[in-house]
Amino acid sequence: MGSSAITASANTGPTATQSDVESGPSLFDRLIDADERIEPTDPMPDEYRATLVRQIAQHAHSEIIGMQPEGAWLTRAPSLRRKAILTAKVQDEAGHGLYLYGAAETLGTPRHELLERLHTGRQKYSSIFNYPTPTWADVGAIGWLVDGAAIMNQVPLCRCSYGPYARAMVRICKEESFHQRQGFQIMLTLAQGTPEQREMAQAALDRWWWPAIMMFGPPDSESTHGDQSMRWGIKRFGNDVLRQKFIDATVPQADLLGLTIPDPDLRLDESTGTYRYGEIDWTEFWKVVRGDGPCNAERMATRVGAHENGQWVREATAAYAAKQAARAEAALQGAS
Amino acid sequence: MSESDWPLWEVFVRAKRGVSHVHAGTVHAPDSELALQNARDLFTRRAEGVSIWVVRSSDVTASDPADAGSLFEPAIDKTFRHPSDFELPDEVAHM
Repeated sequence: MGSSAITASANTGPTATQSDVESGPSLFDRLIDADERIEPTDPMPDEYRATLVRQIAQHAHSEIIGMQPEGAWLTRAPSLRRKAILTAKVQDEAGHGLYLYGAAETLGTPRHELLERLHTGRQKYSSIFNYPTPTWADVGAIGWLVDGAAIMNQVPLCRCSYGPYARAMVRICKEESFHQRQGFQIMLTLAQGTPEQREMAQAALDRWWWPAIMMFGPPDSESTHGDQSMRWGIKRFGNDVLRQKFIDATVPQADLLGLTIPDPDLRLDESTGTYRYGEIDWTEFWKVVRGDGPCNAERMATRVGAHENGQWVREATAAYAAKQAARAEAALQGAS
Repeated sequence: MSESDWPLWEVFVRAKRGVSHVHAGTVHAPDSELALQNARDLFTRRAEGVSIWVVRSSDVTASDPADAGSLFEPAIDKTFRHPSDFELPDEVAHM
């Protein structure tokens, strides 16, 4: 029995692949069929591993790029309280990125490689963050709609078949609901304010509504990875189901705010109790995904710049740690 | 631009006095002092802990999943280790 065969902790990555397993239903298949969780050292198909690395990394990238649109308002928040709240929220987004990079690393891809895939454009982040935030109301709309849509997407991921991803999502979902509420409260304050503030809130809703409902991804009929991910328990619901749930939850909230959702075809279907909505402009979605959104270039330049400008800090802390370790070693030898 | 990462640390958080430290996740840091600092920033922003441990991931020795059968299965059929395995006469109210 090789207790030392795995010197690595549960987090240092893969030790076996599907091909290592004897014939018959594999351990992996049995665990998936029983709706049990897969853990980092379990054997798993290469494609399952690759799908997860891609999905978790893109999720992580979205969290850290997502700091930018709201970060732009940190120095201009209308009160000290709003500023403290927004700082906490943006800090949470950084934290969510770190939880997720940590989960992705358990699959054997090191952190710096994941970041490099983002910086070189080999991996994407959610297109929603390629839209600008021209007014304070956009900060409200992001919290209410973008974080609201994210929660709808993320809650089912708390039951994802891959343990570390599911655990990261539990932590993230707990924190997201503060994000959505603070955004809704900004919208509520503006909606009850002066005619100009009201107008500002409506204009932000007009800007963010369609991009927000596109966050659930293309219709299931056109989604590329959907079926396999469902079978593996990575994804629990289709894009269209989640989009519908979000719309049904959000329309009454807009009514409460006294704001109008910019969709003339939106109406309650009395027979089903759900809302019918108008045609989504998927050409715009794909245009932004491909890099032609209003802020794609700016977001990437800011991210890469932040990484490069932090280089000397990383080098300095590493040098300091090495010096301290050498001193401790010397002291130890001097004492013996 | 080729880079390597700072070492990985496993983070354990004690939620309150009287309970054990529980694994919370990982951070990267060049040394234990910064690992603690990073863990504090990442895992206790909402008063989730009163104490943190950090351990270098490379210092953890884990059991091999391939050995799970020989390690853990022998315990499954030994139900007599549990009190519920023993039926008592009704007259024995508490034991």
